[in-house]
Amino acid sequence: MSITQTILRSRAVAALTSPHGVDRYLEIIDPMWSVHEVRGRVVDVRRETGGDAPVATITLQPTTGWRGHRAGQYVQVGVDLPGSRRTTRCFTISSAASAPGEPITLTVRSNVGERGLDSVSRYLVEDARPGTVVHLSQAEGGFCLDESPATPTNNHLLFITGGSGITPAMSMVRTLLRDGYDGRAGRKVTFLHYARTAEDQIFAEELARIAEDDNDVTVHLRHGDGESDSRFSEFELRRLVPTYRDTDTWACGPAPMLALVEEAYAGTGRLRTETFKIAGVVPSGAAEGDVAFSRSGEQAPNSGASLLEQAEALGLKPEFGCRMGICFSCTATKSSGTVRNVLTGEESSLPDEQVRICVNAPVGDCVVDL
Amino acid sequence: MTTTQSRPTATATATATTSEAATEATSAKVHLSPEQLKAFGEELDAIRQHVLDTLGEDDAAYIRDIVKKQRAFEVAGRALMYLPPAWPLAVASLSISKILDNMEIGHNVMHGQYDWMGDPGLSSRMFEWDTVCPSEQWKYSHNYIHHTFTNILGKDRDIGYGILRMDEDQKWRPYYLGNPVYAFLLMVFFEWGVALHDLEVENIVSGKRSLEDNKPLYPGLLRKIRRQALKDYVLFPALTGPLFPLTFAGNAVANLVRNVWTFNIIFCGHFPAGVETFTEDECRDGENGEETRGHWYYRQVLGSANISGGPLFHIMSGNLSHQIEHHLFPDLPAKRYPEIAPQIRDICERYGLPYNTGPLHKQVGSVFKKICRLALPSRSEQPAAKRAPEEQVAAA
Repeated sequence: MSITQTILRSRAVAALTSPHGVDRYLEIIDPMWSVHEVRGRVVDVRRETGGDAPVATITLQPTTGWRGHRAGQYVQVGVDLPGSRRTTRCFTISSAASAPGEPITLTVRSNVGERGLDSVSRYLVEDARPGTVVHLSQAEGGFCLDESPATPTNNHLLFITGGSGITPAMSMVRTLLRDGYDGRAGRKVTFLHYARTAEDQIFAEELARIAEDDNDVTVHLRHGDGESDSRFSEFELRRLVPTYRDTDTWACGPAPMLALVEEAYAGTGRLRTETFKIAGVVPSGAAEGDVAFSRSGEQAPNSGASLLEQAEALGLKPEFGCRMGICFSCTATKSSGTVRNVLTGEESSLPDEQVRICVNAPVGDCVVDL
Repeated sequence: MTTTQSRPTATATATATTSEAATEATSAKVHLSPEQLKAFGEELDAIRQHVLDTLGEDDAAYIRDIVKKQRAFEVAGRALMYLPPAWPLAVASLSISKILDNMEIGHNVMHGQYDWMGDPGLSSRMFEWDTVCPSEQWKYSHNYIHHTFTNILGKDRDIGYGILRMDEDQKWRPYYLGNPVYAFLLMVFFEWGVALHDLEVENIVSGKRSLEDNKPLYPGLLRKIRRQALKDYVLFPALTGPLFPLTFAGNAVANLVRNVWTFNIIFCGHFPAGVETFTEDECRDGENGEETRGHWYYRQVLGSANISGGPLFHIMSGNLSHQIEHHLFPDLPAKRYPEIAPQIRDICERYGLPYNTGPLHKQVGSVFKKICRLALPSRSEQPAAKRAPEEQVAAA
């Protein structure tokens, strides 16, 4: 770390720039100068697949504060969508494990946002250009490769992925091949992936190359024909890896697929899984579903009252003030579900959204971090 | 500081032993029927909705530009301290920075006016301002207590801030002979007054609050005071080496200028002649004994006063010169207040409600007169004081 960086990060500079912090001054000159907050400058955008929901790999150069990532981790990416609404979503890092300050890649499928609105993924795939600066978190998540690629072992590793769920496994395999000895993974690796169709296959060329090389990695790709999907089945898994129940396995993909995988591994303790959160939109005005408060573990059928009232009915004591939506004392994070603002009637389904619980009522299933 | 602090203690002791005297409503408030209040509320809701629907790039660009300018003034102010002949310029620059930071940025950001942008730097949950009052504590007493219970006697602690007599309905006591002196001290030490406001000293003395209740507030308050003092009175002066005393004095003057300016703007918000106060009973117009939204709006209009002036004046006052619009819609970006002011004024006219506004000198003069006049017992005070003490105000 350069001397400038050390100084900018020092307690003396923090005291001088209190209460705002040094980044609030540096960012005015160049957002990439920030030393505490992590940002990333887009250096390359490469299309992986086309079609209605194209996929692109975006290469980001993070700021000096980036602490690196372990293969399989994700990062929160915040972009200012039209209307100046900064929106943040999580994306798995597709490149091999990175050291502090090193570039990373995200491989993102462009999904249209709720009710046709803009979305972070659409922005990254279609609008981001070299030079665009996005806001990042540090790498997060524990769905990681926990073996050292540098030390060959006899452990057989198995990756089962579906659709965009390929990215963490790709990062792990890339890490094994990059950091292993002589271009080999140094242990037996089986990669089983399901894609909707052959055209939707991400990393197709690279996977073909990995499959061809003598590198200890076996690749099985399963494609649907566009009409019927190719589905995960325990039968097929047993045929490909007879000892799968004794094999360390990483599975990532859509929830229905993961449910089948979990069933196959029930009671083994060998499976690690990760799924994605998708905003579900419920028809307007309906007071149905369940309201769950994740921190306290309370849950009840949605009564249609405000989130604050429903939390209190369950014996929770969330912070509140005016109870009429003006003081922002009760703001809490809604992790998923749709809420309706009882003052304006406006509905919103964004995941991980800050809502004033005194004036927002759930519409259908809703999870709040309280 | 100790002097200003010891005075409220004395006041509050007196408050504890004598309950407030009841007085008939001293002014003739315009009354609206329940139907009128409902229609009035709906018209205002429509204006609010229109603004919400059009929030976007312009509002974001505006506040980011103000932030940029504030940071530039701050850096310039700190840098110019190295040039002794430029000292007045340095102080002016730093004063502007502090005023912008506290008012157009801090106050408004902490109201959640820019929360929709999702920018952590402009989020009401994260923002911290350049004054000794910790944002967390200020948001409670301001956003919740003051904005919810605006001008309700016994509920809104901003009426006289626990140390001044700012309303006829606050019973006169000899202590209030010092009203102008206390007001002057509060003006000079305003940021400290704001910081200590949350300790509710007057309520502790009256027994409504215990010292225990304040314990959780001390660490945050002390931390903030330490940081502010370290920066303005140790580090930046020390960095200028031999100019230490000059920089120290410059920073102190900048804080003073900010104190005097914000005090005057804020006192013009609720204390000029003609601004109404309310009893709790008046605010139970709804069927279930709660206040209707229409009445809440009505109370905000009658309980606030604007200051007229040019665009620059509005920015430097954090648009609190549009106190009426701000109290109606505290969470709408302040930049929109001048836009909607003519519509609000028109609605008020149609409902026969006063729309209290005037130039700064007139509003300040009116407040100053009130501070002095209320130092003495009101003419109606003698008989009122003899009447049986009334519960409603004291029990609040």
